Amino acid sequence: MSAPSTPAPAIRLADVYKSFGAVQANRGASLEVRQGEIHALVGENGAGKSTLMRILSGMYGVDSGTIEVAGRDVTGWSTADAIEAGVGMVHQHFMLVPTLTVADNVVLGRELTKHGQLDRARAEHDVAALSRTTGLTVRAGQLVSDLSVGEAQRVEILKTLYRGARILILDEPTAVLSPPEIAELWQVLRQMRERGETIVLITHKLDEVMAISDTITVMRHGQTVGRLRTADTTPREIARAMVGREVQLAGEVGMSERAPRPVRPGDVATMALLDVRDLCVADERRATAVNGVSFSINAGEILGIAGVEGNGQTELLDALAGLRSAESGTIRLAGRDIAALSVRARGDAGLSHIPEDRHARGLVLDFPIADNLILGQQHRFTKAGALDRGRILENARQQIGAYDIRPADPLALARTLSGGNQQKIVIAREMGRAFQVMLAAQPTRGVDVGAIEFIHARLRQARDAGTAILLVSADLAEILALSDRVAVMYGGRIAVVLARADASPEVLGPYMTGAHDDAEHAA
Amino acid sequence: MTGGAVVDRPATPAPAGSGAPPAPARASRRAQIEEAILPPIVALLIAAIVGDMLILSYGQSPGTVYRLLIDGTWGNAYGLGQVLYKATTLTFTGLAVAIGLRAGLFNIGAESQLAAGGFVAALAGILLPSGLPALLTLPLYILAAALGGGIVAGIPGALKARFGAHEVITTIMLNFIVLALLNYLIAVHFKVPDTLHTPDIHAGALPRLSAIAPAFHGSAANIVILLAALTAIAAWWFLFRTRAGFELRATGLQPLAAEYGGVHVGTVWWRAMALSGALAGLGGLNYVLGYKHYYEEGFAGGAGFLGIAVAIVGRSHPLGVALASLLFATMSQGGLAVNAIVPKQIVDVLQAVVIIAVAASVPEVRRLLRGRR
Repeated sequence: MSAPSTPAPAIRLADVYKSFGAVQANRGASLEVRQGEIHALVGENGAGKSTLMRILSGMYGVDSGTIEVAGRDVTGWSTADAIEAGVGMVHQHFMLVPTLTVADNVVLGRELTKHGQLDRARAEHDVAALSRTTGLTVRAGQLVSDLSVGEAQRVEILKTLYRGARILILDEPTAVLSPPEIAELWQVLRQMRERGETIVLITHKLDEVMAISDTITVMRHGQTVGRLRTADTTPREIARAMVGREVQLAGEVGMSERAPRPVRPGDVATMALLDVRDLCVADERRATAVNGVSFSINAGEILGIAGVEGNGQTELLDALAGLRSAESGTIRLAGRDIAALSVRARGDAGLSHIPEDRHARGLVLDFPIADNLILGQQHRFTKAGALDRGRILENARQQIGAYDIRPADPLALARTLSGGNQQKIVIAREMGRAFQVMLAAQPTRGVDVGAIEFIHARLRQARDAGTAILLVSADLAEILALSDRVAVMYGGRIAVVLARADASPEVLGPYMTGAHDDAEHAA
Repeated sequence: MTGGAVVDRPATPAPAGSGAPPAPARASRRAQIEEAILPPIVALLIAAIVGDMLILSYGQSPGTVYRLLIDGTWGNAYGLGQVLYKATTLTFTGLAVAIGLRAGLFNIGAESQLAAGGFVAALAGILLPSGLPALLTLPLYILAAALGGGIVAGIPGALKARFGAHEVITTIMLNFIVLALLNYLIAVHFKVPDTLHTPDIHAGALPRLSAIAPAFHGSAANIVILLAALTAIAAWWFLFRTRAGFELRATGLQPLAAEYGGVHVGTVWWRAMALSGALAGLGGLNYVLGYKHYYEEGFAGGAGFLGIAVAIVGRSHPLGVALASLLFATMSQGGLAVNAIVPKQIVDVLQAVVIIAVAASVPEVRRLLRGRR
């Protein structure tokens, strides 16, 4: 590349607007990345980071705004154009064919042929060579189904590089990685930077930003709100830009919003409503996912579980809800062992559950709102085996009114609602039933800001009414905003339980990455 | 912000009448109905166009052929009777496949379930003492036919629930096994010499429509058609008005969500399969009780397989199934009526076009409607 006095930035996005129906994902977002740097694009869930990068990689068009790559206006290009120009995106969810080998997956779409036949030997050779030069260690002949998550991600990156990417976009690459795998990834990214390649890292984790990036763009509510040099900033400053309040690190949010409740003697708050002892749960591959977890939650208390996704939270919740059987351990709800009960019996015993994936579990998308509002309680809306449609509709009208679900039409299919309104159905249903213990998993994931406040208020209200709430969230700010106590889950265990006053991202970070664990063992 | 200030606790009843206004409710309902019935109508139009071209390629006028087809089916009492007879069996097998589809299961085995239902009913008829009144024997026959079909379909259902065996594979394979077994039983144990059918049932034969309205003379239509209509209504009520139906539909749409909702998915699967088979089995009564009064090898004659088409075109809705069964019955009877001037296989082609067009147009129409809103 010829070097004029001020070289054109590798990437320049200016004043990008993009909406999906009523949702404005980007409104005046901008981004500038120089060649050969690692740039962190940060912001809370739903800030519009992924949308902006999908626009850059050609998956989405823009409503307005310009996109330039290496000084060339490429606004409105296709994914094929982007690949051609050396822009490659590694998605959060892997897109690999598990029954093919690493080499097959890497060359897929650009297969090498000899006399009309696949030249697999050369493919393996090329991929092995690429693996050596990039430091992305993989065995070209191995089946993808045999790979660990970290290895699969390396294959994804190789795939992108094989297509000639010089600008690599990584969408939350560490969400599923273990700490050593993360360290390896950083190593690889630094090597790529040495070779002059440009990397954009989408993340909402401040420790990653500080560890790896050169420059930072902060997004909030679809807008770019800050541009920082990593060397000149602090996590605190980034957090302030991300959250947009006169923060206070995320750790202090919530404390100020709630007056401490005096604990009265004989208060219900002294009773453990949910008590879990030595719980062990296996995952689909029969590996231990939850390994001897014990905790208890009192009435009028929210226990938040923080941690990197994939450290056993899903399996823990499934086991508590009855969707997965526990290998061993006890689960007591208000003193009664519910470990052997069915999902329905647990619900009747006073368990309410906001599942982490509303599209797969929480809703039947092709059922109307009214039917979704009784899912799990259908036996309570039945007379002699027949559904009581009158009561189902009456219940729907009430809940739609109380939770401002839109459209206010009991017969509208859940599929046609926005994400926030879909989640309100789940919240309305689970809050509406009689319960003593609530499992709230990612209660605000993919929900717009207004609905987040509303849902948080509802959770606090339920807590103040004397229920016990187990909150699991990938969003540390959410955990800190709601919890009375904070636990960290790492590697299937509870690494630590802290009082809210003692918890902050700095304190929790080492536990979330397992670093603290190692230090303790060393001591 | 304090939570309590936002709105009342949902437990406290909202003021009456504060719910949704009825207007949007009706609008969404209408949109859903449009979405359900448009594909079959579009499919019929496409089939009509293809049919025109085929008829023209034989040098005939489409108008003449269609008029002949209508005259030979709905145009006279005998033709209508034949249509109603065929539609009766198709309603049962169509409902069978539809119930399966609603539970997320593709039952390809209605053919053998229909045969088994007919066989067990005929067997019951041979064992019954003669002279019993139909009012007494009918419940027994219903039970027998449902049991025959239900057991044949319950096996793949249980295999699916217990081992995850795919029902498409197991029901196809069971078709071969069950039909061969029935043939063996007939040939070796139950046939009247020099025929391929059992002796007549001793009691409980039901009258043909011609006994009530003599114009139907010669057609096979019989009062089992009332049972078919009642069964369709019952199936609708079960699917949309009972808790079991609610759970069955939830399982079919999203098994994970159903499980979350306290439904034991495996139990729903095997019960839905057994119910599906029982419905197909009831179809055997049309032949055994209403028409020939014995079981004959091969009486199912593809009505089980055609039930798949009926269920798909009927959008797995009992009312749709009833209408689709009339449509397919009309086509297959109409094929005989037009055979003099064009090959009756033209109608087979049209049936296939309808099925393909419905299967293909469902997502298309859906996208169309979404775009319009």
